[in-house]
Amino acid sequence: MAYAQAASSSTTPGSPPAVKLILNETDLQRVVDRIAHQILEKTDGAEATVLLGIPTRGVPLARRLAARIAAFEGVEVPVGVLDVTLYRDDLRLKATRALGPTDLPPGGIDGRRVILVDDVLFSGRTVRAALDALSDLGRPSSVQLAVIVDRGHRELPIRADYVGKNIPTARTEVVKVTLAEIDGTDEVRLVGEETK
Amino acid sequence: MIKHLLSAADLDAEHATLVLDTAAELANLSSREVKKLPTLRGRTVVNLFYEDSTRTRISFEAAAKRLSADVINFSAKGSSVSKGESLKDTALTLQAMGADAVVVRHPASGAPHRLAQWVDGSVVNAGDGTHEHPTQALLDAYTMRSRLGRLAGLHVAIVGDVLHSRVARSNVLLLTTLGAKVTVVGPPTLIPVDVGPALSPDLRVSYDLDAVLPEVDVVMMLRVQRERMNDSYFPSTREYARRYGLDVARMRRLPEHAIVMHPGPMVRGMEITPEVADSARSTIVEQVTNGVSVRMAVLYLLLGGK
Amino acid sequence: MSSTYLVKGVSVLGAEPTDLLIRDGIVASVGGARDAQVIDAAGLVALPGLVDLHTHLREPGREDAETVETGSRAAALGGYTAVCAMANTSPVADTAGVVEQVWRLGREAGLVDVQPIGAVTVGLAGERLAELGAMADSAAKVRIFSDDGHCVSDARLMRRALEYVKAFDGVIAQHAEEPRLTEGAQMHEGEVSARLGLTGWPAVAEEAIIARDALLAGHVGARLHVCHVSTAGSVDVIRQAKAAGVRVTAEVTPHHLLLTDERATSYDPVFKVNPPLRTQADVAALRAGLAEGLIDIVATDHAPHAVEDKECEWAYARPGMLGLETALSIVLDVLGPQWDLIADRMSRAPARIAGLSEHGHTPAPGAPATFTLVDPAARWEVDPTGSASRSRNTPYAGMTLPGRIVATFLRGEPTVLDGKATK
Ligand SMILES: [Zn+2]
Repeated sequence: MAYAQAASSSTTPGSPPAVKLILNETDLQRVVDRIAHQILEKTDGAEATVLLGIPTRGVPLARRLAARIAAFEGVEVPVGVLDVTLYRDDLRLKATRALGPTDLPPGGIDGRRVILVDDVLFSGRTVRAALDALSDLGRPSSVQLAVIVDRGHRELPIRADYVGKNIPTARTEVVKVTLAEIDGTDEVRLVGEETK
Repeated sequence: MIKHLLSAADLDAEHATLVLDTAAELANLSSREVKKLPTLRGRTVVNLFYEDSTRTRISFEAAAKRLSADVINFSAKGSSVSKGESLKDTALTLQAMGADAVVVRHPASGAPHRLAQWVDGSVVNAGDGTHEHPTQALLDAYTMRSRLGRLAGLHVAIVGDVLHSRVARSNVLLLTTLGAKVTVVGPPTLIPVDVGPALSPDLRVSYDLDAVLPEVDVVMMLRVQRERMNDSYFPSTREYARRYGLDVARMRRLPEHAIVMHPGPMVRGMEITPEVADSARSTIVEQVTNGVSVRMAVLYLLLGGK
Repeated sequence: MSSTYLVKGVSVLGAEPTDLLIRDGIVASVGGARDAQVIDAAGLVALPGLVDLHTHLREPGREDAETVETGSRAAALGGYTAVCAMANTSPVADTAGVVEQVWRLGREAGLVDVQPIGAVTVGLAGERLAELGAMADSAAKVRIFSDDGHCVSDARLMRRALEYVKAFDGVIAQHAEEPRLTEGAQMHEGEVSARLGLTGWPAVAEEAIIARDALLAGHVGARLHVCHVSTAGSVDVIRQAKAAGVRVTAEVTPHHLLLTDERATSYDPVFKVNPPLRTQADVAALRAGLAEGLIDIVATDHAPHAVEDKECEWAYARPGMLGLETALSIVLDVLGPQWDLIADRMSRAPARIAGLSEHGHTPAPGAPATFTLVDPAARWEVDPTGSASRSRNTPYAGMTLPGRIVATFLRGEPTVLDGKATK
C-alpha cells in the first residue's frame, strides 16, 4: 500500500489532466532568492533565527534559503526539520501517513525566531499542526511562515510572512512543486484535476 | 496499513520496517518534556485482558495515552467477562461502545482472530494462548536493531520452551521476514513437531546450546515454567538449567558484541542466572522502554488513518 | 392401508431406466398399477436406503442441539432410512431404560429406523462394564456398543468388552484415541498446529489404539468396529489386521474424506472435530482405503452443537460437525457416480455390521421398499439455515455440492418427497 505524501508528482492514468507551468527552474531560484532577501530585511540580518522545514518539500527549501542567506550576508542560519504528522487534524481523511523525522538544530528553538518553511500554503491546517508541534517542543520568541506558493482557500486565520508567488486556483486543482533534491527537477505546475 | 495485527505474519518486510521506523521517530519524541501527542484524540482503545499481564497492559495503556486516545481497561477480573459472558457478547458490547481498537490478551490461541470477525475496529493481539505475541516480537526486533544496527543477516538463537511460547512464534516469523537467521534451541520435547515448515523454511533447530552460542549475535531466553517438569517435558529444573540455562560460563561462549534478551517475566536461576540478566549484554530493561514506542507505532499505524 | 407408488423411469444403481411399483411396504412387480401415485423419476438414481452407523441425536439431554425427531428428519432428507444413535447422551445410554426410550422416540418420529447404540462402560467413565446384555435383550435389541466421545482406553476392560458381547453377536465400536497422548489436544499435530499454537492431536494416538484393539480382537476372536478412521497410518494398521484375519470393520466420515487441517487457520470452531481434520496425504489414503474396501463404510459422526458451543474461542468449542444432509453429496463428489460402490459403503455394509436385516437391499421386486432417489445432476449450495437439524454447525456452508435427495421411502412410506420431509 502507498502512503500519502505531500504534493506527490504522480499523474493519474487515463486522460491526462491539463497542466500549466507556473514556475520553471530559473523562476524558482529567483523566488528563493527573493524570500532570502526578505528574511534578512525583516529579521535584522537573520538575528536569532531558525529555519524549520516541514517535510517533505519544506526541508530542502529551508536548506536552500539558509544557503542563499549565507551567500548574501555570510550568516549561518540553523536549519531543522519539523514533522507535523502526529499533530494533523485530518489524519482520518486519508490512509495512514508515514512519519517524517523531527530534527531540531543543536541550539533548540527557545527564545528564537522560528521561520516555518513549506512549499504550498492551502487550507492552513498543516501550519496549524506545525504551531501545535512547536509549542510541544519549546517556546520560540516568534514564529513566521515562508512558502513558495500561496494558492488561497484558507480554512483557518493563518497567513504567510514570505510568499514566493500567489496563484489563484480552483479547489479541485492541484499545485505541484517538484524539487531537484527529491524529484530531480525544479518546477511548479498547476494540474487541472486529480483523482485521489 | 493493515487493519488488524493478529500475527507477526501479517507484516511483510516493508510494513514491519515501517513499524520500527515509526517507533524510532516516536522514541525521539518521548525523550522530551511534553510526552503527550494529540494524534489519536477522540479515538477509543480498549484493553481487553483475559489474563493478568500488568506489564503488557500498562505498556499498551501508556502508548495509547501518549497518543491522546481514550483508554478503557476491560479486565477479566470482576467484570461480566469472568461471569461467563461469551467473547462474542463482549465483542458486541465493545462494538456498541465504539471501540476503534481492541487490544486483546487471551489464554486461548486464536481468540483475537475470532474477535476480529465480530468487531469493526482494529484488533491488536497482545498475546493469545500459545500462539503469538506480535508486538513483543516487534519490540524485540527494535531492540536488536538499535543495539546492533541492523536485522538482516543477524543470527538469533531463541532458547527454551518454544512449544508453548507465543513470543518464539512471533519472533521467528518477524525476524525471518526481516532477513535474520533464526535457530530455535531447546530440549526436543519443547520444540513443536514440524516447526520448520510451519514457521519458516529457513528456520534451524538445535538441541545443543553450547554449539550454537559462538555463532549468534543475539540469544533470546524464553521463560520456562517449572510445571512443565510435571508433564515430563524434562526431568528436573536442575537438569534443564544445566543443559539450557544461560549462566556466566555459557555467556562467555558468545561473541564479544552479542546481546542477551528475555521477554520477561524471568525465572531467575532457571533459564537465566541473575549475573547474566544484570550484565551489560542484557537488554531486558530497554526492552520494556522500547515496548511503549513500538506499541505507539502500532496504534498510530492502525488508527492514524482512514 | 398404505398408498401405492409407481416410480417411473428410475435408474437402479445406475442401470438402465425401469419402473418400480411400491405396495404394502415392498417393491412389487410392475403389473397391476391402477391406482398408484406416479413419481416421475427420469434421470434419478435409486439406492438402497442409507444406513448411518454413527449419529449423535443428543436426546435425551441436549434437546436444544438436536432431538430424535429433528435428527431423523435430517437423516431422511440425506437419504437415510436407518441411523445408529450414539450413547453419549445425558443420561448416558448405558441401561435398557435409556436405549428403549431412544428407540421409542425414533419409532414415534417415524422418519428413519433409530437403532440405539449402548455404552460400553457405565457413564462412559471407562471403569466398569455397563449392562450390555440387558441392553441387547431390551426392545431396542442393541448390538453395537460404544463409548464414543471417549476411548475405552483400558486394555483389560476393552478385552473384556470385546469378549463379552460375543454372546449376543455384538460389536464394540471404538473411538480410537489414546487419552494420554491427546490431553488438551485441539487439532491434528503437524505443521498447521505448530503455526497456530494449538495443542496437537498426534496421528499415533489413533493408530496405537487401533493396533492394540485389532490384536485384542484377534486374540479373543471378537468383532471390532473402528469409528471415524482419520489417518493414513490407521489405514495401514487396518490393512494388516484384515490380512491377519481379524474380524475388524472400519468407518470414515465424509469430512475426513474432504477437509484438511488447513481449515483450522480461520480459528472457526465449525472445523473443530474429534478426531481432527488431518492432512491432504491422510485424505488421499482414506479415499483409497474406502475404494479398496479396507475401510468398509462411510459414517457421518453427525454431531449437532448449539450456537454457543461453536461461536466462541476454538479451545472452548465442542468438537463435532453436522453430516447427515451432506454425506451422500460428499461421497458422490469423492467417489464419483460409482453407484454400486456407494450403495455398499453407505447402505449394505453398515446394515450388515449393525445387523439391520431390513436395510441395505437394492430396490427390486420382492425387496423391502426402503430406498432413496438421488438426482445426480443437481448441484446445490449448502445453507446452514436451511438444515433440518436443530443445529447449524455444518463445515460446508457456502460450498456447492453435487447430488440431491429427491425422495426417500421407509418400508413403502415416503419420508421425503420432492426433496421435502413428509412429516
Ligand atoms: Zn468419536
